[in-house]
Amino acid sequence: MTAMPRLHRQRGRSMNPNKNNHPGAHAAPDDRQRIRLEAVSKRWGDTTAVDAIGFDVAPGEFVILLGPSGCGKSTTLRMIAGLEQASAGRIEIGGRDVTHLPPGDRGISMVFQSYALFPHLSVADNIVFGLRSRKVPKAERRERLARVAQLVDLEAYLERKPAQLSGGQRQRVALARAIISEHPICLMDEPLSNLDARLRGEMRREIKALQQRLGMTVIYVTHDQVEAMSMGDRVILMQEGRIVQDATPSELYERPASAFAASFIGSPAMNLVTLAAAADGAVIDGEPRCSVAPHEAKGHWLGLRPEEVRLLPADEPGVPAEVIDAEYLGADSIVRLKVGSQQLRARLDGRPSLAAGAACRLQWRPETAHFFDASDGQRLAITGHDLSARTGRHRFEPGRPGAQGNAVQDREAQASSYPAGNDSPGVNR
Amino acid sequence: MVIHGANRRMQIYGALLLLPAAVLLGTFAYLPTVATLINSLFLPGFRGAPPEFVGLENYAMLVEDRTFWRVARNNLIYALGTIPTSIALALCMALFVNARLPGRGFVRMAYFTPTILPMIAAANIWMFFYAPQIGLFNKLLGALGLSGVNWLGDPSVALTSVIVMTVWKEAGFFMIFYLAALQSIPPELKEASDLEGTSRWSFFWRVTFPLLMPTTLFVLINALINAVRVVDHLFILTKGGPNNATNLLLYYVYENAFSFFDRTYAATITVVILLVLAVVATLKFTVLDRRTHYQ
Repeated sequence: MTAMPRLHRQRGRSMNPNKNNHPGAHAAPDDRQRIRLEAVSKRWGDTTAVDAIGFDVAPGEFVILLGPSGCGKSTTLRMIAGLEQASAGRIEIGGRDVTHLPPGDRGISMVFQSYALFPHLSVADNIVFGLRSRKVPKAERRERLARVAQLVDLEAYLERKPAQLSGGQRQRVALARAIISEHPICLMDEPLSNLDARLRGEMRREIKALQQRLGMTVIYVTHDQVEAMSMGDRVILMQEGRIVQDATPSELYERPASAFAASFIGSPAMNLVTLAAAADGAVIDGEPRCSVAPHEAKGHWLGLRPEEVRLLPADEPGVPAEVIDAEYLGADSIVRLKVGSQQLRARLDGRPSLAAGAACRLQWRPETAHFFDASDGQRLAITGHDLSARTGRHRFEPGRPGAQGNAVQDREAQASSYPAGNDSPGVNR
Repeated sequence: MVIHGANRRMQIYGALLLLPAAVLLGTFAYLPTVATLINSLFLPGFRGAPPEFVGLENYAMLVEDRTFWRVARNNLIYALGTIPTSIALALCMALFVNARLPGRGFVRMAYFTPTILPMIAAANIWMFFYAPQIGLFNKLLGALGLSGVNWLGDPSVALTSVIVMTVWKEAGFFMIFYLAALQSIPPELKEASDLEGTSRWSFFWRVTFPLLMPTTLFVLINALINAVRVVDHLFILTKGGPNNATNLLLYYVYENAFSFFDRTYAATITVVILLVLAVVATLKFTVLDRRTHYQ
C-alpha cells in the first residue's frame, strides 16, 4: 500500500468520506516521496561542512540523521529543504532534480528546532499560514484546520498566541503546520531539543505514531541517540561531514561500522580497549594472562558493550579484573573495572555485589566482541575467543580457596609491575 | 511594631530611590508645564507692574489670530509631509541594509550620518543645496537646461523644501530602530514561510510589518513630537518666512516670547501644543496598541 492514499483515507474517515479528490492524490504518491542525494557537498570557503554524501530515502521511511554537533547533519537537512544551496552534487525529490529549486517548490514541510511560530498570529493562523500563501480557499482551509487540530490535540487552543502555550503545545503547533500542508515529506531539525526530558519521551512516541498514521516520509535530525534508536527506521550516522554508517538502529547497535559509531551509540558508550600481543593471541594491554582474540587483533581495539560484560567470581574462567568503583542507578549499576592498563565499564543488574578493589573475572560472548582498526577506527572482521571455554593461562587449583586468594594477590603484584601501556586516545570515552 | 518600623523603613528606602528621577522630572518637566499653564492666564506686566490676571482672554485672542492658524496649518502640512515619508523611507532603508549586501556596514553608516549631524550644521549644508544662484540643486537644473527654483524664497515651495530636509535628517534616525527590530525577528520565520512558497511581499505584510508594529508606534510618536519640536533649522533656513510660509508652531512660540516679548501669549500657544500632542498620542496608543503585538 502506498503512503498517500493511506493519508487520505485516514482523513476521509474522520471528516468527509467523499473527499478523495485532492490534487496530490492523482500523482503517483511513491514518486513524490522518494528522496535521493548524490555526492552532495556544502563548502563555506575552506571549510567543508558536508563532504560528498549520498543516500536514498524510501517513501514512508523514518530516517534519522544522527551525529555530534558540527557533523553537517543540519546542513544536509537544510540543503534538502532548499534553505541552503548545495555547493556540489544533486538532490532529487520524487525523481525531480530539485537542487536549484526554491524551498517552496520542493513539496516538503519542515519542523524547526525553535518551532518558528509567528508570535503575532494565533495558533489557528499559524497552522493555516502556508495554506493562505498557497491560496487555498477559505472553506477548505477551515476544514483542514479542524482535522489537523484534532489530530494533534490542539482544538482548545486555536485562539491562543504561541506565547500563551507550553513548550509541548508549541511543538504540536509546529507539527500541525507541517501536517496541514499535506506534503508527503517532512523534515525535522532537532524538534525535541527544547523540551524537558519527560515531554520529550511523550513527543517521541507522538511523532512516530503520527508519521505511521499519515504515512509520511520523515528525515529527522538529532544528536540524541535515544531519539535515533527509538524513532528511526534507519539511522544515518554522520561525522565531520561524512556518513559513517547508514543502517537500521539494531545494526548500528550490534554491528557498528567504526570505533566512532561504536562509541556514539549506547549509554554508557562501548568500551574500547587496546589489545597487545602475547604468546597465544591478542590480550588486553597490560593483562597478558588471558588472550581474548587471535593474533591478528593485536595493536587494534576491542569494543565491548558494557551490558555484554559479565562479572564472575575470581575463581571462574575469564579475564582477570579489579573493581575500581560502582555507580548504583536503581535498575542497574555501572561498575568501572581495571584490566591491565585499561579501564572497562560493565552494566550489571541491581546493586553491585563487589566492593572497590575486589578481584573478579570478566566474560563476554564472542559474538559481542567488536574489533576496530587502531589507525582508522574501521571495523575488522575478527572473531574473539570464547572466554568461558578457557580458563586462562594460570589455572586455579580447585578446592584450595586459600591458595587461590594468594594467587590473586600474586597476580596483582605481578600485574602492577607490568609497565602501564599507554591508553590510546579516545578509548573509553 | 518592629514589623511596622521595618516596613516604614522600606518605604522610605523606596522613596529615596525614586527621588533623583522625581526631582529631575519635577523641576524640568512638571513645574515648567504648570508654570506655563498659569502664565497663559495672565497678561504681561509692563514697567514693573505685576502681571494682570485675564482668565482665558489669551485663548480668545489665539482663536482670532490669523497668523496662529496659518502656522498651525503649516505645521499640519509639515507633519503630514514628514511623518509618513520619513517612516516609510526609514523602513525601506532598514529592509535594504538588513539584507545581505556587500559593504552594508558602510551603507548603514551613510544612512545614519544625517542623524549624527547637529541640526544647525545640517541646515547649513542644505543652505548650499538650496541657494538660488550657486546652490547645488539649481546648478543641476541649470545643467539640464531648466531654470532654477527659489527653493526657500518662494512661499509656495519653501515649506516643501523644509520638509524634504527634515525627511532626509529623520529617516536615518528611524532606520536604526527599524534595523534593530528587524534583527530581532528570528530568521527561521522567513525560512518557515519560504517553505510554504510565501512571496516576499506577502511575508512582509503578514509577518514583518506586524512584528515591527511596536517600533512603528514608537517611531510614530517620536516623529510627531519632532514635527512640533522643530525650531533650529528654521533659524538657519528661513526664519519662518517668506510671509510665514514656513513658520511652525514652536518657532512661532519663540517669536512671541523673544521677539515680541509677549511671554504669556507664548505660554498660551505652548499649552495648546501640549494639549494637541497629548490627545494625538493618546489616540495613537489606544488605536494602534490593540493591533500591536509585543513580544
